[in-house]
Amino acid sequence: MNNHELKLIAAKVRRHVLDAVHSAASGHPGGSLSISDILTLLYFEEMQNLDTQTPKNPDRDRFVLSKGHCSPALYGILAERGFFDKSLITGFRQTDCCLQGHPSLKDVAGVDMSTGSLGQGISAANGMALSAKLDGKDYRVYTILGDGECEEGQVWEAAMFAAHYKLDNLCAVLDFNGLQIDGNIADVMSPLPLDEKFKAFNWNVILVDAHDFDSLRSGFAQARVCKGKPSILIAKSVKGKGVSFMENNAGWHGNAPNDEQYAQAVSEIDAVIKELGGEI
Amino acid sequence: MADKKATREAYGEALAEFGGQYDIVVLDADLSKSTKTETFKKKYPERFINVGIAEGNMMSTAAGIATTGKVVFASSFAMFAAGRAFEQVRNSIAYPNLNVKIGATHAGVSVGEDGASHQAVEDISLMRTVPNMVVINPADAYEARGAVEAAIKHEGPVYLRFGRLAVPYVYDSGYQFELGKGVQLKDGGDVTIIATGLMVQEAVKAAQTLADEGISARVVNIHTIKPIDKDIIIKAAKETGAIVTAEEHSIIGGLGSAVAEVLSENYPAKMVRVGINDVFGKSGKPQCLLEEYGLTACNIAKQTKKLLGK
Repeated sequence: MNNHELKLIAAKVRRHVLDAVHSAASGHPGGSLSISDILTLLYFEEMQNLDTQTPKNPDRDRFVLSKGHCSPALYGILAERGFFDKSLITGFRQTDCCLQGHPSLKDVAGVDMSTGSLGQGISAANGMALSAKLDGKDYRVYTILGDGECEEGQVWEAAMFAAHYKLDNLCAVLDFNGLQIDGNIADVMSPLPLDEKFKAFNWNVILVDAHDFDSLRSGFAQARVCKGKPSILIAKSVKGKGVSFMENNAGWHGNAPNDEQYAQAVSEIDAVIKELGGEI
Repeated sequence: MADKKATREAYGEALAEFGGQYDIVVLDADLSKSTKTETFKKKYPERFINVGIAEGNMMSTAAGIATTGKVVFASSFAMFAAGRAFEQVRNSIAYPNLNVKIGATHAGVSVGEDGASHQAVEDISLMRTVPNMVVINPADAYEARGAVEAAIKHEGPVYLRFGRLAVPYVYDSGYQFELGKGVQLKDGGDVTIIATGLMVQEAVKAAQTLADEGISARVVNIHTIKPIDKDIIIKAAKETGAIVTAEEHSIIGGLGSAVAEVLSENYPAKMVRVGINDVFGKSGKPQCLLEEYGLTACNIAKQTKKLLGK
């Protein structure tokens, strides 16, 4: 898929993020917007054997959203990929809708693991990758971690495990936007330097730009050819990417826009969709 | 054959026994020699995964493996499996209803010398509150084997509670374990002693003592604490009028509480709970500790007589 097409899908995912959190009047737009490009490349290019008719196809590549609070972006990409109808998006977080606040594998087609409690998703991704090794299967497992999430000790237990069992079929992506709920990660409880930490845990560390498809594509390709150790793409990102007033603002971690803010955000995203030749 | 065996020994043997028949993967957190998952490891090393000393990570990893269709056993001491890793068990395993069996050994004060930090007396209570979770506490080695087989056949999470201490056999090799079904071991008309785990053998002994004093006590083994066999409990209350529960666990939230819930909603009857009375354990010989905390046939008989006003 060419970058133009990917950009258009990513813009549509961002629109879904805004629709979801605005409809619910709650949710996490900041981190959802920062991972929208990563998810787009994963679901439309990198991940293999996805089948919307058979979401549990045993040979499919798997994805675990370890930072589960960014479910609006996951639901957006799954809807764009055709796992469920886009009309569900506006039911996000509401009692009569399957789209839970955090991803639930029992409730939504295409969700490979229930997440939301930080630090646990990467462990589950390890389990899937290990199972592939045990069965001699060649599917790959992807997971997106938050940088704030790396303050959870379990992330490092999982990091040890993945390297110890040489899970080279595992590729993590770290959404390195530098912000968490209470502020800058360096101020709240610094997990830095993250690249050196993962290197010290014997991971293959690749630095990429979370909003540049060529950079992401190259990162995933490097991860794919690395044998004997797990890979992590440390993806420098902008929290709130694509909505001017949300960018680099920790205040948009877990707050929904009001009607006026929503209208402005939508106008910015819709302008991108229109510019790329898409339909609103 | 030895006249005693620890349920943890039977657990390890059962894993090795059923490992050929089922696609089982066993995880342990650096305690395989103690939990006895080592027995499985020796037979199927390629399907044994040591996660190191990281119980929370073990539970979420087990969940990930289970999503791919395997039956996963995750083992540690009950203190760490149900206590330390509670939230991973709840969110990674039980909420998505994944096929992970938690093999928790060294439950209760009969852990002995390690002391309170390693004596889980709250684990049944913790695991019982989690939706989708089945909770089993076998009384002897035969029941432990049956519980492992039943857990494998059950689709979904199961908490299996095993002990460190070698305990006498309650059953023989022909015993057929049935998930969720209480077992009446002795009939009686004056009172029913409902016990679980290593307290079952004490309940049988207590009933013998009581018989000598003219009290006819029924004995029921509740190996599956969740889902609990309501029918056998209600029937006992109706037919004997008084209930004594006995468990190597806190009287708060365990078997005693589960039985009280059934009785109070269906057929209120006088009852007394024998168990750990809201205190921590301590170091000591297992048998000394069981006596100190009243987890004996003698105390069951004493509490029964008190309940009956005799």
